[in-house]
Amino acid sequence: MTPRDENRTLPADVTLADEELEREASRLDAVWQTKRGLWGWLTTVDHKEIGRRYLVTTFLMFIAGGIEAAFMRTQLMRPGNTLLGPDKYNQLFTTHGTTMMFLFAVPIMTAMGIYFVPLMVGARSIAFPRLNAFGYWTYVVAVVFLYVSLFANTAPDVGWFAYVPLSGPQYSPGHRVDVWAQVVTFTEIAALVAAVNIIVTVFKMRAPGMSLNRVPLFVWAQLVVSFMIVFAMPSVATGSTLMLATDRAINMHWFNPAEGGDALLWQHIFWFFGHPEVYIIFLPALGFITPIVETFSRRKVFGYTALVMSNITTAFFSFGLWVHHMFATPIPELGQSLFTAASMLIAIPTGIQIFCWLATIWSGRPELRTPMLFVLGFFFTFVNGGITGVMLASVAFDKQAHDTFFVVAHLHYVLIGGGVMPLFGAFYFWFPKITGRMLSETMGKVNFWLFVIGVNVAFFPMHVLGLNGMPRRVYTYLPETGWGPLNLVATLGAYAIAVSVVVFIANVIRSLRRAPDAGPNPWDSSGLEWAVSSPPPPYNFVHTPIATSRHPLWDTAIDLPVITGLRSDRREVLLTTAFDARPESRHYHPADSIWPVYLAGCMAVVFIGSIFSPYFVLGGLGLSLIGLAGWGWTGAQDRERERVQVHQSIVDTA
Amino acid sequence: MRRILCAAIVACSLAVACEREERRLNQSSPNGPAVFVAQVPLQPGPTLVTDTAEGPFDDNAYGTSEGQQLFEQMNCSGCHGNGGGAMGPALMDDEWTYGSLPNQIFASIAEGRANGMPSWKYKLTNQQIWELVAYVRSLSGLTPKSPRPAREDHMMVKPAPNQTPNAKPKNTGLPGASQRP
Amino acid sequence: MQIQSALDAASLQARSIEHLWWWMFGVGGAIWLAVIAAMFFALRAARGRRGSDDLQHVPAESHKGLERVVSGAVIITVLVLTAFLVADYGVGRALAAHPSRALTIEVIGHQWWWEVQYDDTNPSRRLVTANEIHIPTGEQVQLKLSAADVIHSFWVPNLQGKRDLIPGYTTTHWIKADKPGTYRGQCAEFCGLQHAKMALHVVAESPSQFRAWFAQASTPNNPPSDSTSLYGQRVFLTAGCSVCHTIGGTTAQATIGPSLTHFKSRATIAAGTLANTRENVEGWIANPQAIKPGTRMPAVPLKPAELTALVSYLETLK
Repeated sequence: MTPRDENRTLPADVTLADEELEREASRLDAVWQTKRGLWGWLTTVDHKEIGRRYLVTTFLMFIAGGIEAAFMRTQLMRPGNTLLGPDKYNQLFTTHGTTMMFLFAVPIMTAMGIYFVPLMVGARSIAFPRLNAFGYWTYVVAVVFLYVSLFANTAPDVGWFAYVPLSGPQYSPGHRVDVWAQVVTFTEIAALVAAVNIIVTVFKMRAPGMSLNRVPLFVWAQLVVSFMIVFAMPSVATGSTLMLATDRAINMHWFNPAEGGDALLWQHIFWFFGHPEVYIIFLPALGFITPIVETFSRRKVFGYTALVMSNITTAFFSFGLWVHHMFATPIPELGQSLFTAASMLIAIPTGIQIFCWLATIWSGRPELRTPMLFVLGFFFTFVNGGITGVMLASVAFDKQAHDTFFVVAHLHYVLIGGGVMPLFGAFYFWFPKITGRMLSETMGKVNFWLFVIGVNVAFFPMHVLGLNGMPRRVYTYLPETGWGPLNLVATLGAYAIAVSVVVFIANVIRSLRRAPDAGPNPWDSSGLEWAVSSPPPPYNFVHTPIATSRHPLWDTAIDLPVITGLRSDRREVLLTTAFDARPESRHYHPADSIWPVYLAGCMAVVFIGSIFSPYFVLGGLGLSLIGLAGWGWTGAQDRERERVQVHQSIVDTA
Repeated sequence: MRRILCAAIVACSLAVACEREERRLNQSSPNGPAVFVAQVPLQPGPTLVTDTAEGPFDDNAYGTSEGQQLFEQMNCSGCHGNGGGAMGPALMDDEWTYGSLPNQIFASIAEGRANGMPSWKYKLTNQQIWELVAYVRSLSGLTPKSPRPAREDHMMVKPAPNQTPNAKPKNTGLPGASQRP
Repeated sequence: MQIQSALDAASLQARSIEHLWWWMFGVGGAIWLAVIAAMFFALRAARGRRGSDDLQHVPAESHKGLERVVSGAVIITVLVLTAFLVADYGVGRALAAHPSRALTIEVIGHQWWWEVQYDDTNPSRRLVTANEIHIPTGEQVQLKLSAADVIHSFWVPNLQGKRDLIPGYTTTHWIKADKPGTYRGQCAEFCGLQHAKMALHVVAESPSQFRAWFAQASTPNNPPSDSTSLYGQRVFLTAGCSVCHTIGGTTAQATIGPSLTHFKSRATIAAGTLANTRENVEGWIANPQAIKPGTRMPAVPLKPAELTALVSYLETLK
């Protein structure tokens, strides 16, 4: 077992002297460090800085979505309440859904990937650093655009799913829905960019020795999800950016039945994306659970192969479920039944994963620290949501429960239980790595209990409300329906959730104010990210490690073997083969650049301007050409590719 | 620096309360003009119709779209043929027999006109007539482009108002006798 | 009877769905309890030592045992899911059964009210009403659903699952009430500003009562006899109401808004928003926007005497 060594970035090696390591580290520092000041802030391509920013921004979106939910719940607390009129309520519930789904849930999962995947695979950086930065800035455009619109009374008001004809040109006058369509455009670009980055990083930049069957489950989940993003996002982009936006702006007839279009077409295109979307949120969370369960059960996870195959199977199946959102529409019943079967089938791989984790805990020695508590909260909450999901898969039952609060209950149980709880566990687990400080265990426990209790008190009554006839997306209801008491209970639960999030924020602020107190591996975990200091240096690893097993830090009897030979006078990364991760070549790594910010600005001009005039599109594209030229204009030195066989110049220090 | 940037963005957005997106659901509209509408260009004294005020819904997408619905429901197409004109004059061109100002169009709709235009003032409320005014003006490009309605969800029988080129408003009272149809 | 509840079935269809629900709830609940129990049991070792640096080593037999348990759990999962699938298919078959001929009612969804037309091959015998559907008990009734503007959804939980009304599509839906009663339903697909207040009522009556109602509803209202109601009728015909509403037997035959023929025979107004009392009707006509902000009905300016007379007239439309 590797002894915990708080004072060095890497365990000392017999042949590499301390002073040599420190000299190398300071040379790398000089080359990889981000410049200071506003310019440095705008031009950085360090995946950890971008990842950190992403995490902060997406968490702010979580808070914003939560505030919107608090308003909604307060309005629904009593029948006939007058806090919000229908117009404001419709804007709020649409913004809540759009924020949570597009601006929080997917980006925060990709943010975790952007920060951790390079560290976990032993790489110096992510595959396309400038593209990564561009993705973040494009996402920021979406955030600013939606929230400026909210305060300018221009927020979309047609639901996060924006069904036509309600969201079409005749029934949604003005530009509210155009705001929605372009928010989707920006977030879809950002997600695609992150997905491409992760796929290439995982396939080409893994540490030597990390063959595919040694890749950590966190990374597997991110890889699978990235493929899902690549296949799902273009569908919603076609629907919203191409079809809905052009129907509204230049009077196309995609969804106009009188001219040969079809209102149901929107639903198919949207839900073909919309169903995989929730698995895009859910699968990375499953990737968080394995390392947490392993670390706090003190054993390697049971059924690694089964877990990997379950992830992949879930991803495939999730593309065949979308019609279960449309069971109330006039689609032939036989076709609907096929989707019932598929929707039930997908419970099997998820069940396999849960059984494997339970087996791990059962045969391990569980330690109930805060990250592990959130994993237990996941079991408690998500399994409930999964079971109501199987119920909703049944066409007959769905015909009663569709578009009622039963579905609201189900979706929050699976998204909060299956997405947010593992996410909080991940925050507590990896916060020391990102910031160098531990979060308070006591406040963590308070956070956890308030959260779990709040979620169940808020959402369990909604099952009953839905079955008792309360439809979704209503700004008020009549007293004689009898829905008042349960709505009040749900609102109180929502307030409890708000308090628990405040506790979390207080915990974070308190920890950030203290001096760094976390070493490289405070939890004694097994991944490569725990081999470097907390927080990691800009270049991640002084020397690229060699992965000798699935759990490098648990399995190496002595110090971690590394590869030397990468240059430290300029930025350089090591590329390896896709399956076995044998070293292949060195690759230049781009310097900090302003072009990602600039191009994100051009994208803003193109897409936001398209709402108002085609001249903005032309102008914006013209400006983009300048950005693309600048991006591609690398010096001769950067372009030099060294296809030298790296192993000849490597010193294996094992 | 970052904080100042963020605060500036928020401040700007709060200042720009968007008139285009207002939904004035529970307010009463201004009454129609109390002007006397002349049927002939001869009138004693100075020209009475000098009011160049904007219609209350000219900037308002929701109001204009309600006007679009009313245009269909009140069967204005029966005489005005989707804006291109049939028995009644075209509404998409720049010939305005009784003037193109909001007050003038309001009076045309409310009071009715010679040669078959019915009077709607006892049939529709003032708000509804102002909504129709906004829509009719949008048909010929007299209202700002952004709040104009787009296509309707039925057969495309005319170019949508948001594709109509902007027109220069005619601030005249009445055309000369020679221009009357 | 619980109002608007899927758990208080008043028809064969709703009952089959309710039984399916309770069965799934039982099985699903048992599974959830089993998983949580397994979780708590797995944590029993938490009471043991903590803080040791040694990793847990799992002997081969324990590993084999775990494999067997996990495989068994997976097999049980597959079996339970198959049972759910078969149950759903069975209920679906039961729900789909219907006779070849039945009373046919067209329901057209508008923003934010329901237009109801009783089909008849003779067009002059078609009955047009709004927001309230009368059906005879004990027989299946065929609904032909379509939408005039955006997507709505017809849902009367006590009687049947829901069906979307989509512009460009006409779909068929079957309902059948076992016993007499008034069943509340509500639009279940977000359709704009007043989606929350787009309710409807299905009034199920014995076949003879239904025929009596139908006969009465098909005849025009008697003309008003007292002077206030006569004045009210004049207000109705001249103040702009007739631009949008129909009252059978008068010259008001517009179809933009709901038909008001036999208005007083309905239990509610404004698509189920208010009870059909004199005060509510007066308040609604005086300012619809205060009750349903965004509704297409304008606030027609009426003098108090006109309003009173108008409502008196409407009260005669039984």
